[in-house]
Amino acid sequence: MNVALLAAQALNGVQLGVLLFLLAAGLTLVFGIMSFVNLAHGSLYMMGAYITAVAFQATGSFLLSVLTAALGTLVIGAALEWAAVSKLYRRDHLDHVLATFGLVMFFNELVRIIWGTQPFFVPVPDVLSGTVEVLGFSYPAYRFAIIAAGLMTAVACWLLIQKTRVGMLIRAGAQNPAMVAALGVNIRFLNAMLFAVGAMLAGLAGAMAAPILSVQSGMGDGVLITTLVVIVIGGIGSVTGAFYASLIVGLVDTLGRAYLPFLLSNVAERSVADAAGPALASMSAYLLMAVVLAFRPHGLFPEKRGA
Amino acid sequence: MHVLFMFRRPGTLIPVLLLVALAILPFAATAAGQPFWIAFFARIIIFAIAATALNLALGFGGMVSFGHALFLGLGSYAVALPAFYEVGSGWVHLGLCVALSAGAALVTGLISLRTSGIAFIMITLAFAQMGYFVVVSLKSYGGDDGMSIASPSRFGGLNLGSPHHIYGVALVLLVALTWWMARLRVAPFGMVLRGAHQNSRRIDAMGLRAQRYQLAAYVISGAICGVAGLLLANLNAFASPSSMSWMISGELIAMVVLGGMGSVFGPLLGAFVYLGLEEVLKGFTEHWMAVFGPMLVLLALLGKRGIAGMLSQFDKNELPLKTRADAATGLVQGGAQ
Repeated sequence: MNVALLAAQALNGVQLGVLLFLLAAGLTLVFGIMSFVNLAHGSLYMMGAYITAVAFQATGSFLLSVLTAALGTLVIGAALEWAAVSKLYRRDHLDHVLATFGLVMFFNELVRIIWGTQPFFVPVPDVLSGTVEVLGFSYPAYRFAIIAAGLMTAVACWLLIQKTRVGMLIRAGAQNPAMVAALGVNIRFLNAMLFAVGAMLAGLAGAMAAPILSVQSGMGDGVLITTLVVIVIGGIGSVTGAFYASLIVGLVDTLGRAYLPFLLSNVAERSVADAAGPALASMSAYLLMAVVLAFRPHGLFPEKRGA
Repeated sequence: MHVLFMFRRPGTLIPVLLLVALAILPFAATAAGQPFWIAFFARIIIFAIAATALNLALGFGGMVSFGHALFLGLGSYAVALPAFYEVGSGWVHLGLCVALSAGAALVTGLISLRTSGIAFIMITLAFAQMGYFVVVSLKSYGGDDGMSIASPSRFGGLNLGSPHHIYGVALVLLVALTWWMARLRVAPFGMVLRGAHQNSRRIDAMGLRAQRYQLAAYVISGAICGVAGLLLANLNAFASPSSMSWMISGELIAMVVLGGMGSVFGPLLGAFVYLGLEEVLKGFTEHWMAVFGPMLVLLALLGKRGIAGMLSQFDKNELPLKTRADAATGLVQGGAQ
């Protein structure tokens, strides 16, 4: 267990956390402001990855593909909001679950119809295909790029929400939507825009993850659940909370997988450690969430709400 | 007397006719030389049992559990694990199944009920995911691939290795469960539970502890769902971690909402329409989910009280309250309201 390996694993954790944040930011706002349970958020991530893969085959330019994916998921998000989601805001959470569960099925099958069952592989762009030497160990440049892009997006989100008029309205909407509407703000348009931007961020996450994962149907399902864990830990509706929780979950998950089996073998017998280690590692994020919810039912950074 | 009333109420009549048709089905299937029907409808009946169990927590108690697949999976593994050691006694399987699923429901329920709303949905999901990963990591018991069951549950002369026997047991269980739910819905326990769904503070203010009732309902619901898992494992002769995946929890919720949550016959109708439609669409195209998904969206957009609600719209001559209370103590009529 040396320092270089630990640092590399920690960076992996941060990279996962940053991707999770891109997914969580949109989802937590939709959850918090519109009180809408969106299981189809993972499908938008998948669409982002697919659009990237297809656009890359067509153009050969990774940057262009990522931009196409962002634009594409923005449009898909806006269309979804207009066609179905906007009509469900006032309904019960159960109707949300049912409708978006149907959407997950639809998108998973849609990509199978259009692009078949074979997974796509997107190569890492040439410029970023090397490694970077840091503190005596080398780390893939592309993963650094993900971390940088993710952190930049996080800063942009923070600026948008804390420093602009639109952001102020979003924050106000999270606390008391009825009052914001009463002040003459077109809250429906604000909601639609927020949903579409959230979809775009999810698509962006999918686009950036495309070169390090295999792009296939259902790839958004697993990550959706992890994202839900993140926003619940962070406190529903809180973007700041989502940021910290993303990093915490990313680090816990990655370091847990890397070190828990090893740590367990120090305290338990080998056979027990071999069996329990991986189980405990894949459970660690959920375990964390259960503990957080049991002691702080509103998450670590709850958004203060009006009546 | 009550039977006569039933015919004026499609909300009761249609589910009852459905159950009668199911009782005749094995004979028709044998006569028609279509043994596939038996296994197919046995699966639907088993999911109807699981959905009815979920409805107790979700529809009556208002506890939106997004993790009921956990209990289904525990029930499956309660057959697979003893069968791995060549223990085929159904009583051992059943005991283990109820102990595991009720125990898990008690522990997870105690923690989950500290929360409410979206947090409750998420924490139940988290527990189910934990169960999923535990089973996946049990490499010596199949892990990811699941395990096939060589010795099915045997209760004396009853061998759940045979589809006919499973079908019979499942159908009897479903009828008994539906009848019980009709009774429970209007019994004091069910009343408190439904009251807690609407306003748990008022229930507390009445001197009852809403949470205890909710926990009891959650445990019962989990245990019944576990039994459905036991039957499912026997039917498939296979236990797989995928029976614990969140997609299954979602499907169970979809069945309950589709059928009409909080109603007695809703889950039964929901399971039938959901799995039936799935099979019909599969006959037309391999991409059935592309049609089925939007259908679910449409249902969420249109439907308010599910199929049971739609049927009861056609119910004529609502019974006066007193007669309705009488009917409730009778057989299945209580749920038609």
